[in-house]
Amino acid sequence: MNATIVESVNDALHTAMAGDENVVVYGEDVAETGGVFRATQGLKDEFGPKRVLDTPITEIAIAGSAVGLAMYGYRPVAEIQFSGFLPPTFNQLVSMASRIRWRTRGEMSAPMVIRAPYGGGVRALEHHSESLEAAYAHIPGLQVVVPSTPADTKGLLLSAIENPDPVLFLEPKRLYRSFREPVPEEEYTIPLGEAAVRTEGEDITVISWGSMMPETMAAAENLEAERDISIEVIDLRTISPLDRETIVESVKKTGKVAVVHEGPKTGGFAAELVATINEDALMYLEAPIERVTGFDVPIPMLGMEDYYLPNPPRIEEGLKAVLDGGAGT
Amino acid sequence: MGEVVDHTDSRILDGNTSQSIAECTLTEPSELPPRYQIVDEDGTYDPERVPALTDDELIELYRWMVLQQVIDVRMVKLQRRGEMGTYASGRGQEASIVGCAYALEEPDWLFPYGREATALCIQGMPLRDLLLYWRGVEDANKQRANRTFPPAIAIGTHIPVGVGFSWGMALDDADSISALYHGDGHPSTGEYQAGMNLASVMDTPTLFYCQNNGYSISAPFERQTGAKTVAQKGIAYGLNGIRVDGNDVLAVYDAVRTARAHVADGNPTIVEAVTYRLDAHTTNDDPSLYRRDEEVDRWEEKEPVGRFERFLRQRGVWDRVDPDEIREEANAEFDRAKEAADAYESGGVEEMFKYVYDETPPELERQLAEFEQFLDERPDAYDFIEHRPKG
Ligand SMILES: Cc1ncc(C[n+]2csc(CCOP(=O)(O)OP(=O)(O)O)c2C)c(N)n1
Repeated sequence: MNATIVESVNDALHTAMAGDENVVVYGEDVAETGGVFRATQGLKDEFGPKRVLDTPITEIAIAGSAVGLAMYGYRPVAEIQFSGFLPPTFNQLVSMASRIRWRTRGEMSAPMVIRAPYGGGVRALEHHSESLEAAYAHIPGLQVVVPSTPADTKGLLLSAIENPDPVLFLEPKRLYRSFREPVPEEEYTIPLGEAAVRTEGEDITVISWGSMMPETMAAAENLEAERDISIEVIDLRTISPLDRETIVESVKKTGKVAVVHEGPKTGGFAAELVATINEDALMYLEAPIERVTGFDVPIPMLGMEDYYLPNPPRIEEGLKAVLDGGAGT
Repeated sequence: MGEVVDHTDSRILDGNTSQSIAECTLTEPSELPPRYQIVDEDGTYDPERVPALTDDELIELYRWMVLQQVIDVRMVKLQRRGEMGTYASGRGQEASIVGCAYALEEPDWLFPYGREATALCIQGMPLRDLLLYWRGVEDANKQRANRTFPPAIAIGTHIPVGVGFSWGMALDDADSISALYHGDGHPSTGEYQAGMNLASVMDTPTLFYCQNNGYSISAPFERQTGAKTVAQKGIAYGLNGIRVDGNDVLAVYDAVRTARAHVADGNPTIVEAVTYRLDAHTTNDDPSLYRRDEEVDRWEEKEPVGRFERFLRQRGVWDRVDPDEIREEANAEFDRAKEAADAYESGGVEEMFKYVYDETPPELERQLAEFEQFLDERPDAYDFIEHRPKG
C-alpha cells in the first residue's frame, strides 16, 4: 500500500480494532465524518457505534474517561482534534493517566492512547498550531511519540495501542498528506523508544523529529552537496522514553551535534538532548551543540507563522555554526 | 455489580418519610419549553410585543443583517481564492448575531468566539480589522477601544475570563455587563461549567449568550448534552435562562434587553437563541457528510432576513427601504475594508517578538537580533517563508 501519514493512521486504527475488540476510538467528530482530517474515516461503518463514538466538546472528559476505560480493561484510542486543545487534558494526564500504575503499586494501569495532530504550517486559526511536546515529555509515566513517515506511523501507532502504559501520539499534521511511501499491508509494530537513523554520516549528527524532518533532511542534503561532507540524521520518533544509545553512538562517531525542533527554544526538548549528550558523551564533543528551534513566542497566526517555523536555510546555518565552531541562529 | 433496587417496592412507598425515586427526583419537562417569538415565519407579529424601536432603528437592524450576509458571502469567496484563511460563516444566524449585539449598551463588553462578525462591527470594530483577523494578523486584536475581546478559538476559554471581567465591573460598580457569545457546544467544556458556577456565586453581571445553531461541527445538539435546552443549564447553577427564537431578530433583541437589565443587577443569565447554521462550520468543513439537504432546505425557509423583511412590509416600514441600495452599500463597505486590509502594512519580524512581555527579556532580544541577521545573510529563506505550499 502506498500511503500518506493520515492514511497510515487510519490503516493502523482499522488493524488495531480488527485485532482487539477492546480497542475503542472516540473524540470530537471522529465517528460520523471520520474526523476533521479523516483519520478515523470508515471505522464506525466497520466496527459500529459502540466502538467508534463522537463525544461532546470536552477534552477533560475525553482524557479522563480514557483513564477509566483503560483501567477497566478497554484500550481507548482518543482523538484530540488539535494539539492546541490538549491543555484541558493536562490535569488528567498529570494527575491520573501517568500515575495510575505508580499509585496502585502496579495493580492497575491506563493503557490508553491520545492522538492529536500537532504543529504549524497549515494556515490554521489561533490555537491550532502548538508544538509543546516538551511539556508532555516532562510528565513521568507518560510516553510521547512523534512519527514523521507513513510507514513509521503505522508501526508506532500499533505499538502505542498495545503499549501497557499511556501514550500521547502527536501526528505532524503538516505532513499528513504531503507525501506517500510504501506501507506494509500486514500488522507490524515499531518499538517505542527507538530512534531511526535516516541517513548515516561522519561529520555531524542532526537530531530531529516529526514535522521538522523534511526540512532537516533537505538542509542536510543541501549542505552535503555544498561542502562535500556526510551528515547523520536521526529521527527520534519517540521523545519519551528517549533512545539515548542511538544518540550517543552517533555523537561518538561525528563529535558534532545540532538539534532541530519546531517548539519554542527555552525549556524545549533540545535542551534535554543537550543535557543527555553532556552526561553520556561530553568527551566526544568537538564543538558546542547548536539548537535550531522555534522562538520563545506564541506561535503566530497565519500571517507570520512561516517566519516562526525553522526552514532549511536556518537549519543549514545552524549546522554550519557547529561545523565552523562559531555562533549561528 | 450491585443489587438492582426496585423503587416501586411497597416498603418504600408505604413509609411516611421515604418517597419513590420518581417523586423525589426533579425531572426535566417532557415538552420543550416555549421558545419566545414576536414575529412568526410569515412576518406576522403581535403589535403589543414589538419592542419600542423607531422605524429608523428597525431599518438599521435590517442593514446590519444584510451586512452579515454580505460579509459571509464575500469572506467565503476570498477564502476560496486563497486571499483569506479559514472562515466561520454566520449565514442563517443573522438575527441572533445582530439582535443581541444591538441590545447591548455603550459601556458593555463583548466576548466573541468567532461566528459573529457583525456583532463585533456593532461594537465598533472596523470591518478592515475583521478581515485582518481572519487573515491571521494579530494587530486585528487591538480591540480595547471597541470593548471587544479577541475571538476565543479554543472553545470555552473565554467563559471564565468574561466572568472575571464582569466581576471586575461589579467590584467597580460599573454600569456595564459582559456578553459572552458562544455556541451550543461550549457548555460541554469544563471551562463553561466552572465559569457559570463562579458567575452564579459571585453574582457577576454576565450574559451567557448561546447561539444554538444545531451543530458543533458534525455533532448535532443531542450529541452535546442529554438536556433538552441550553437555557435550562442555568437551573442547576441558580441562573435564569431564556429560550428565544434565534431567527426572530425582534425576539432576540427583546429577550436580551430584558436579560440585560436583570444581568446588570448582578443576576447572570443565559439567553439561548435557537437558530440554524446554513453554511458549513468553516470553509474547511463539508456538511454533506453529516446533515441532509432536506433539513437545510427546511431551515432556508425560516431564514431570518427574509422573515424580517416580511415583518417590515406588514409594519408598513418597507416602503422606506431600498434593499438593493442597502446591499450595494454593504458590498461597497466590504470593498473599502478589503482595500484597507490589502494596504495594511504589518511590521517586520520584530512583530513576532513584541508584546510577549511588557519588557522584552534579553533572551528574546537575542533571538530577534540573530533572526534579523540571519535574514540578511540568507535572503533565500524568504523563498521558504513566502512560497512554501500552504495547507
Ligand atoms: C477546546 C476545543 N476543542 C475543539 C475545538 C474544535 N472546534 C472548533 S469549533 C467546534 C464546534 C463548536 O461548536 P459550537 O459551540 O456549537 O459553536 P458553532 O461553531 O456551532 O457556532 C469545535 C469542536 C476547539 N476549537 N476548541
